[in-house]
Amino acid sequence: MSAGFHIAVCGSLVPDPLQTLEPVDTPAGPGLKSEMMLPAVLDPWAAHALYEAAHLAKNTGDSKVWLVSLGPKARLQQLMMNIAQKVPFELVALDGPAGGFSDAYEVAAALAGAVEKIDGLDRPRLLLFGGRSSASRDAGVTLQMVGERLGITDQFLAVDKLTVQDDGSLRVLERVEGGVYQASVCEGPPAVLAWSTGELPEPPNNPQVGMQNMRAIMPALQQAQPAAVSAAGITYRNVEVPRQRRDTKIVKDVPAEEIAREIVEWLRS
Amino acid sequence: MSAVKPDTARTPQLATLPGDDVRQIMWRFADRYDLQMLVQSSRAVARGPVARLVADGARNTHEWTEEKATLLEAYDAAGITSVFIDPEYGGFIEGPKNLAMGLAAFELAWVDGGAATGAMAGHLGLSPIHEKGTADQKAEYMRRFAPAQPGEDRTIERSAFALTEPIPYVGVDTGVLGGKVSVKEWKKGEEPILHVEKRGRFITNMAFANFVSAAVDSGDERIEGSCMIILEANDPGIYDRGTPTKKLVHQLSATSDPVFSLDVPASRIIGGYTVKDGVIIPNYNHGEIIDSVFRRTRVTVGLMTAAKLLSAVEPVIRYQRGRFRGGDSDHPGSPRHELGLQQKEDALHRLVDIWATGEASASLGFAAARLFDELDPMDHRRDEIFKAHGIPEGRKAIRALTEWTDRALEYVRLAARPEEERDGARFQELEANELIQYLVKDALANVLCPAAKLWNTGHGANMMREAVSLMGGYGVTEDCPGFLPQKWMDAQLEATYEGPEAVQRRQLSVTMTSPIFLARFEEWLKELRAIAGLRPGSGACTLASAMDLWLWTLRHLLGARDADGAPLYKGHRQGVTFPMADALCWLLASRYQIMDLIELETVGADNPSLAEALPGFVNFFTDLSHVQAAAAGGEVARICSSLVFGYNRHPSWTTESDRAYSARELTVLENVMPGLCSCATDAFDEDGDAPLKRGPCVRFDGYEPFTLRRAKLDGCLSGSRLAKDAAAQALTEVVVPEALDYPG
Repeated sequence: MSAGFHIAVCGSLVPDPLQTLEPVDTPAGPGLKSEMMLPAVLDPWAAHALYEAAHLAKNTGDSKVWLVSLGPKARLQQLMMNIAQKVPFELVALDGPAGGFSDAYEVAAALAGAVEKIDGLDRPRLLLFGGRSSASRDAGVTLQMVGERLGITDQFLAVDKLTVQDDGSLRVLERVEGGVYQASVCEGPPAVLAWSTGELPEPPNNPQVGMQNMRAIMPALQQAQPAAVSAAGITYRNVEVPRQRRDTKIVKDVPAEEIAREIVEWLRS
Repeated sequence: MSAVKPDTARTPQLATLPGDDVRQIMWRFADRYDLQMLVQSSRAVARGPVARLVADGARNTHEWTEEKATLLEAYDAAGITSVFIDPEYGGFIEGPKNLAMGLAAFELAWVDGGAATGAMAGHLGLSPIHEKGTADQKAEYMRRFAPAQPGEDRTIERSAFALTEPIPYVGVDTGVLGGKVSVKEWKKGEEPILHVEKRGRFITNMAFANFVSAAVDSGDERIEGSCMIILEANDPGIYDRGTPTKKLVHQLSATSDPVFSLDVPASRIIGGYTVKDGVIIPNYNHGEIIDSVFRRTRVTVGLMTAAKLLSAVEPVIRYQRGRFRGGDSDHPGSPRHELGLQQKEDALHRLVDIWATGEASASLGFAAARLFDELDPMDHRRDEIFKAHGIPEGRKAIRALTEWTDRALEYVRLAARPEEERDGARFQELEANELIQYLVKDALANVLCPAAKLWNTGHGANMMREAVSLMGGYGVTEDCPGFLPQKWMDAQLEATYEGPEAVQRRQLSVTMTSPIFLARFEEWLKELRAIAGLRPGSGACTLASAMDLWLWTLRHLLGARDADGAPLYKGHRQGVTFPMADALCWLLASRYQIMDLIELETVGADNPSLAEALPGFVNFFTDLSHVQAAAAGGEVARICSSLVFGYNRHPSWTTESDRAYSARELTVLENVMPGLCSCATDAFDEDGDAPLKRGPCVRFDGYEPFTLRRAKLDGCLSGSRLAKDAAAQALTEVVVPEALDYPG
């Protein structure tokens, strides 16, 4: 049996965090004002997961990465023009809403179904990656439910570091309160790893990687299956942007120590 | 195809700033994912390492520092270095690359023009080899310029372009070159060794260039004419990179004044050479090479300034809205808090003008880039195409092309007619002919290239000053968001390098009288009238009237003489030809802006992610087009009127005129015929003297075709101010991000 991993990363687009977000009521429930028009990025938590997945695959022979994305097809295509240049992966696209107000249960069902249908996926070697949270709405439960549907019970939901040990077991550091980690070891795949921030920086764009990826991504987008995902049956009593947490401060010429000091002060306050 | 109605309800409004999906459609690369990825990778470099360097004050030094040098690696990693390279040599973009380079430069210049120039200068250095180099030269230097391929262990070699002197075809000291090439050693049966003496001035990339494409003149009777030649850093002799130029602008590009005194083999002559009667005859003189290079790269420069204007919109809006926040009189929720300076019409109108100019210049620049992508395959086979059609070389070609020019004109006319109304077989025949296609595209390219360079950078620099002024005192500080003052200063260099404004005007004054171009221009005029029927709010009617006025004026000037009987439209009469070139640029930019608007409306409808936003974008861009068309109309009217009448001598007082009145007479007549006083009449006071403030008045006999057109254009400005009001209103409502996406 090959030692490599088959890594399915679940992640989709969210509005660029710098955009001004304003909740509005739509006929389909709550939404964001002009959401379809706002520039989008790959959900930052999912992005960490993707970069970690690519790093792991690169360093573990015979591994492969899929990015499983549920979102409006045309918007996913725009997203791919950037993300596809970062790391090698294959896209599994589901054409559906990517807003923050979909029912996590339905989203999980669609994602699990898509993972099950991946051609050539070796389930015993599967590592299911994703974000521990989402920048669009912090339900924090989707990946857990995808794992359940796929029958994966080894789940780690705040991962910052994954080490493949010599015996093939996985050592996982999960973020817990007070800046400490919970260390776990599991025998190996299959496992669910929902990433916090990981340890890797955003890879630079590489158009050669992008051109290679796009050969498979464009057909995947064209063949994206519609996913019936909604928020039917869910009533939102109130929707608001956590404005206090979105105060943006642009600084320059400020030493890292000074920035760190400000952050510590803010945390203490 | 839907139409914008004259009474277009101003809803839905512009909801957000236009994103990539809008731009991809307007600038015609929605089906090119290679270009879309290039945009993203260039943007990441621009708004990442480039912006950080600018914010950290890296522009405050003239020297090429280690910090600045890190940009080269960023360009390499992002594929910007290899944009210019064909896939066979390690690049990733197939086919012509003018649009690709334009997009990359646009993204870099969005943050810093010097970074864009530095990134593009390597391509400029390689361009002579790409355009006219021998197969061996291409293979050698393209490969060395390209990033290392898998399995290769080497570093990328950089290039520079050393010309500095005026180029041919512009009427200013044509052919004068500072550099000389002579034969140092020529052993029988062996490659001659040449000696090159060259001093460069203002040469970009010289701080690190491994090889240079240098223009040199013959300094030896055994070498004919001029040529371009490749110099390498390890050639025997002096390869002095020179001292850094003390530029006030573009400090993120490495510029210096190098000195070369080198021995190189004759095989370095770009494009190769032949030997006849003991004389080395370069296959291409330096003028031929430079012409083929600059006609492409100048478009890229024009797009850089366009990017600056469009990049100014977001920081200005944010500054305007937040101007009063935090003050004692500030109350959240009040108009003063929400709108700030946007409560003032002037601030909004001026920003509308900046945005409209940015749109028009981008439309013109990208149209030119796309045209060169179409022209390139034929241009590279020009000699072959000419030969296949029996066109001789040199001056004889002009005569031989006359017949083909007539066919090209016929093609232009047929192409503009509806399919069902034209002779399909004849059209197909003409369309299939490569020479005709070459002549048609070449005639347009010869106009669009200098127009984009001239108008985008020159007028763009003026409008960048407007943008800076909208930031108040903030606008002249290093802290100004969006680096606007730096962009303003940089724009002046963009208006200067690769041929200053006078050079572009000179070229336009020649190329814009091409019969093929003028035929195209006439067809555009008709096309705009048709567009105006469907989209009266777009300014198409205004623009058509302005084009009509310009065309009449040009034809008039071509045959007219001044008060002393001297012909007006002559090369040396730059007071005539240059303003007409300027006026044409306004028209072209406005025309392409309207065409991009139509593209967005028609193609955008098929993009599901734009479905909700499209009407708002179309409404807003319609208003911007109208504003810009009116501005173009105003410029054209002013210029044409001054040229048509300005060279006639002003009339003197005469009592014999059949239109002379006494002032009292005129007052009485005015009561009977209101408005008479405004007619062209001469009036005298009671003593028969000429009053100080009235007349003598000019007469318009023979100028009726002009005055009718001018009056029509004035009337065609109807609605343009309403469009500006509507666009201004949209600026108060559009959602902008909370902060710039780069540390500016």
